[in-house]
Amino acid sequence: MNHNVDVLRKDFPLLAQTARGKPLVYLDNSATSQKPQCVIDALQHYYSHDNANIHRGVYELSERATKEYEDVRVLVQQFINAKSADEIIFVRGATEAINLVAASYGRTNIKAQDEIMISAMEHHSNIVPWQILCEQTGAVLKVIPITDEGEMDLDAYQKLFSSRTKLLAFAHASNALGTINPAKEMIRIAHSHNVPVLLDGAQAFPHMPVDVQDLECDFYVLSSHKAYGPTGLGVLYGKSELLNAMPPYQSGGDMIESVSFEKTTYNKLPYKFEAGTPHIAGVIGFGAAIHYMQKIGMQQIALHEQELLSYATKKLSAIPDLRIIGTAKNKVGVISFVLKGIHPHDIGTILDDQGIAVRVGHHCAMPVMQRFNVPATVRASFGLYNNVSDIDALCEGLNEVKRLFA
Amino acid sequence: MSALRQLYQEMIIDHGKRPRNFGTLPDATHHKEGFNPLCGDRLTIYVSEKNNVVEKICFEGSGCAISVASASLMTEVLQGKTRAEVEAIFDDFHELVTKGHNVVLEDRLGKLAVLAGVAEFPARVKCAILAWHTLKAAMADDAGTVSTE
Repeated sequence: MNHNVDVLRKDFPLLAQTARGKPLVYLDNSATSQKPQCVIDALQHYYSHDNANIHRGVYELSERATKEYEDVRVLVQQFINAKSADEIIFVRGATEAINLVAASYGRTNIKAQDEIMISAMEHHSNIVPWQILCEQTGAVLKVIPITDEGEMDLDAYQKLFSSRTKLLAFAHASNALGTINPAKEMIRIAHSHNVPVLLDGAQAFPHMPVDVQDLECDFYVLSSHKAYGPTGLGVLYGKSELLNAMPPYQSGGDMIESVSFEKTTYNKLPYKFEAGTPHIAGVIGFGAAIHYMQKIGMQQIALHEQELLSYATKKLSAIPDLRIIGTAKNKVGVISFVLKGIHPHDIGTILDDQGIAVRVGHHCAMPVMQRFNVPATVRASFGLYNNVSDIDALCEGLNEVKRLFA
Repeated sequence: MSALRQLYQEMIIDHGKRPRNFGTLPDATHHKEGFNPLCGDRLTIYVSEKNNVVEKICFEGSGCAISVASASLMTEVLQGKTRAEVEAIFDDFHELVTKGHNVVLEDRLGKLAVLAGVAEFPARVKCAILAWHTLKAAMADDAGTVSTE
């Protein structure tokens, strides 16, 4: 299917509105994406026709809800090419997925003096759980430096391994810089040191084909709402041999096999990690989002966003006094920038007045801001429905910012 | 005048670019750092107080046009004011930037009234109020850094 953005935009009812009296220009897709009508319909259909608790009812309604929920697990498995559907755990978000691994895998396998490696371009959600794990276990956090272009310093990376390195966690793509990291190569190196790898796919999964077996990552985390699905849902993929050996993260209903006051035995994968009633509607909505992306094709989405990225990079670079933060060779459709003498917060407010939604601030990546010596940046991030007019509007908006501050 | 022009009036752009009373105060009797983690704004307020009167007030740091202009105008207005007057101006200013235009308040606040437009932008109220909360904490000799979050 060709990427006809004018047609695709019609699938997203929210995009048709105005903001501050101007047509909405939504360029904050790294924060969250808008939802196509099919996802909204799936949520409504579930609550109108299929709502029942899953995995327990003997009645038809519950069987139907269970089947729809479990069908999405298989869909996710196929979409990211996991070996087995048991390796797909539904959680609240990418953040919870990382916390699950830190708490369950981490507290079982990480000891005092061990080293956990992350990178200097991580989102806070891929920093803080590891810091807490270090505090709890006495392990040490090691940080892979990044270059002035915002790329992983691969020489420094290789030198950072020691016999104490026990886990590596890094972003498949950076939310603040856009950098797509050479994940496969980095994972190969980590595995040569027998170090398992968690890949944070929150910013990569919506923008490119992901194949966890090809990457050979041990864990992959992703978020539904950044990929055109509902909020409050994420996925943890883990290799079954690792997940099987890990203790439960949360406990309660559904995650048990049998309970007595003397002894409780746990359910098998994936249910061991899905305590309590899950976000059934969210999972079903996410299924609709995956079908939607599949229909367009991830290669096609990636191609479209790459075209936007190169157009936007060229146009923004031509604006005097504008500095792009993050100039890696491989990027997703994210452009972080600063304008000399004008604070990003002021830029955000003036763009908002023209109906343009961008993110301003530290993007939950304060260490990245420190690395580039800026208090904050403006970030425009693209999704499958953005077009050249959105970028033209952004550039026009920035000219208005400069006029106001002249 | 559009809401945006109300917000970014010439006086605000001017004070944002060329803040008055900018720098440290070696003989300060009170000083305090304020931080807005949302946007990274960081201001330190220095006050030299004698016999319950603000003799001199300065600030330094970095931030958006709104937070810097608000701090700059604050230092101009509060010079020579008593503690009681500072508190009254704080209350008036707080009400103006959270609730919006009010003829009585704007009259009392003089040039500070230029920040009334902030009330139309809820996400920016914290920018306008950062210096003021920091000042209040400085004069109360509170420990730690003031945060807007």
